[in-house]
Amino acid sequence: MSVLRLIGRATLLHVKQLSRSQFEIATALFVPLVQATLAVYLFRAGTEPHRLLEAAVGAGMMAVWSSVLFGSGGAIQNQRWQGTLEMLMLAPRPPALLVFPITLATAVTGTYAMIATLLWGGLVYRIPLDVADPLAFAVSVPAAILGLGMFGLLLASTFVLLPNANAINNTLEYPIWLVSGMLVPITVLPGWTGPVGAVLPTTWASRAVRESVTGSGPVWPSLGVCLALSLGCLVAGALVMSYVERRARANATLALA
Amino acid sequence: MALAIEARDLRRTYRTRTGWLNPRRLELDAVRGVDLDVRRGELFGLLGPNGAGKTTTIKMLNTLLIPTSGSARVCGFDVVSQTREVRRRIGYVFGGDRGLYDRLSALDNLRYFAELYGVPAARQKRRIGELLELVGLTGRERERVEGYSRGMRQRLHIARGLLHEPEVLFLDEPSIGVDPVAARELRNTVAGLAATGTTVLLTTHYMAEAEELCDRIAVIAGGEIQALGTPDELKHHAEGRRVLEVQAFGVSDAQLARIDGLPGVREASVDVVGTAQLVTVQSDATVDVQADVLRLLDGVRLGRVTARQPTLEDAYVAIVGRSPVGAAA
Ligand SMILES: Nc1ncnc2c1ncn2[C@@H]1O[C@H](COP(=O)(O)OP(=O)(O)OP(=O)(O)O)[C@@H](O)[C@H]1O
Ligand SMILES: [Mg+2]
Repeated sequence: MSVLRLIGRATLLHVKQLSRSQFEIATALFVPLVQATLAVYLFRAGTEPHRLLEAAVGAGMMAVWSSVLFGSGGAIQNQRWQGTLEMLMLAPRPPALLVFPITLATAVTGTYAMIATLLWGGLVYRIPLDVADPLAFAVSVPAAILGLGMFGLLLASTFVLLPNANAINNTLEYPIWLVSGMLVPITVLPGWTGPVGAVLPTTWASRAVRESVTGSGPVWPSLGVCLALSLGCLVAGALVMSYVERRARANATLALA
Repeated sequence: MALAIEARDLRRTYRTRTGWLNPRRLELDAVRGVDLDVRRGELFGLLGPNGAGKTTTIKMLNTLLIPTSGSARVCGFDVVSQTREVRRRIGYVFGGDRGLYDRLSALDNLRYFAELYGVPAARQKRRIGELLELVGLTGRERERVEGYSRGMRQRLHIARGLLHEPEVLFLDEPSIGVDPVAARELRNTVAGLAATGTTVLLTTHYMAEAEELCDRIAVIAGGEIQALGTPDELKHHAEGRRVLEVQAFGVSDAQLARIDGLPGVREASVDVVGTAQLVTVQSDATVDVQADVLRLLDGVRLGRVTARQPTLEDAYVAIVGRSPVGAAA
């Protein structure tokens, strides 16, 4: 109970800290305009207006993913630059519990871009916002965010171990959009991407959200798989995080030397 | 169990790499075998020149660094294998203005860390209020930290370090950037904490602060403890010496070197005090160097000349000057 309270509070404060960065906000509001435009032109060819909404939601999921990838991938480095990493690690808590709220916060702030995408789509391109299953939509979006936040912990902990984390970060953004079926349906992708996509929580998150928008399938199984995979990432991330913390104390890399 | 901190032969080597095209490994022995026993409720000072290994020692004791060898216990718990137990019981405040969430208010920063330290929800509000009052930030707590002055940030750090009422408090140059009045309040606060049973390990470069506060002091240089004792005991290190202070305007390095070379002179240094310089000459008590010093300063405009008994600062200078590093410098 107190752990949930800690996660809730800490996430809220990190969302606050992130949301007050003008750069982040500007990015979250304007990148979606580009993405909504892309989505519309990619799918204009199709005649049903529903495809447009589906594309806009997919673009929104891409925004959440980008936020998690860059925010979580660089989470530990960011805390180190702020000088807060030492103060965090000094708290009598497992290191994963200190970092998870940060990665969850990056997923939450990713929704600004999702909302902006839907708004731009509605305002500029008159995409009708008629969601097939509003209840499932209202549940699957937060659940998808929670899942991506858990996935973020694994990213945060493994990326600090990689010497070229930034380069890897940049190369992961588009492939995962594609493989997870955020941009185009998985069915049009080459067969070998299937297994890759199937183990990524991002695939199941965007599938669940899409299903709730289009009513094309049952939402709950996808959501269940998404959360199960995410939970796996959370556990793996927590293990790696404990290793990272110990290594950082041995190598004196908690502080900015 | 009367010891709050016990360290046995603590050592820490930093391995770094320099160069990019042709990387070279460097090893630096920052702490070389430190033994410390700090009693519960004691206010213990760690003094030493820049790079002496004070921060490194503190970070080994507060679990941020794993010692290369040796062992340490805080409140009876091992700092390497029982980190959670140690962390629950300690507070850490370092000098400088980093380490806070700048875009959050002071209140949010404190709430966050109160939560991290598991301060019960029912108590948080009162505790935060008390601490804001203690560090004089009441009324400004809803402003974002990015708009705070350096001293205000420092005070917020101190409040944060005290949130969970730690048994042992590590203060690494806590008075940096704090104005004189606030520094005095800080000293009162620290003295008050020690009086109520909190163990404090303090580093500072202000001798007066150390002398006023500390029950015992260790002088560390070159990663080794050079002297340890009460402020009065440490002053014995300057025993048999006398100190001559000359206020001057425009003393050259060459003149200082010549003074240092006088027979009977142990230590000669010059500090800038306001617009003037203060030449401090420590000599053997049996030798009166005043006439010689004044002769070497011929041509320099001089102010007041005073001879006095050694202070803690003189003892510190003597100890550090005698140590291998000090002698090499
Ligand atoms: N992370 C690090 N990597 C490599 N060397 C380090 C690191 N931290 C400190 N050192 C080196 O270790 C030595 C001791 O540093 P330390 O910070 O403990 O000194 P200090 O006594 O706290 O000095 P100051 O009074 O300047 O704060 C110095 O030579 C410093 O350059
Ligand atoms: Mg230091």
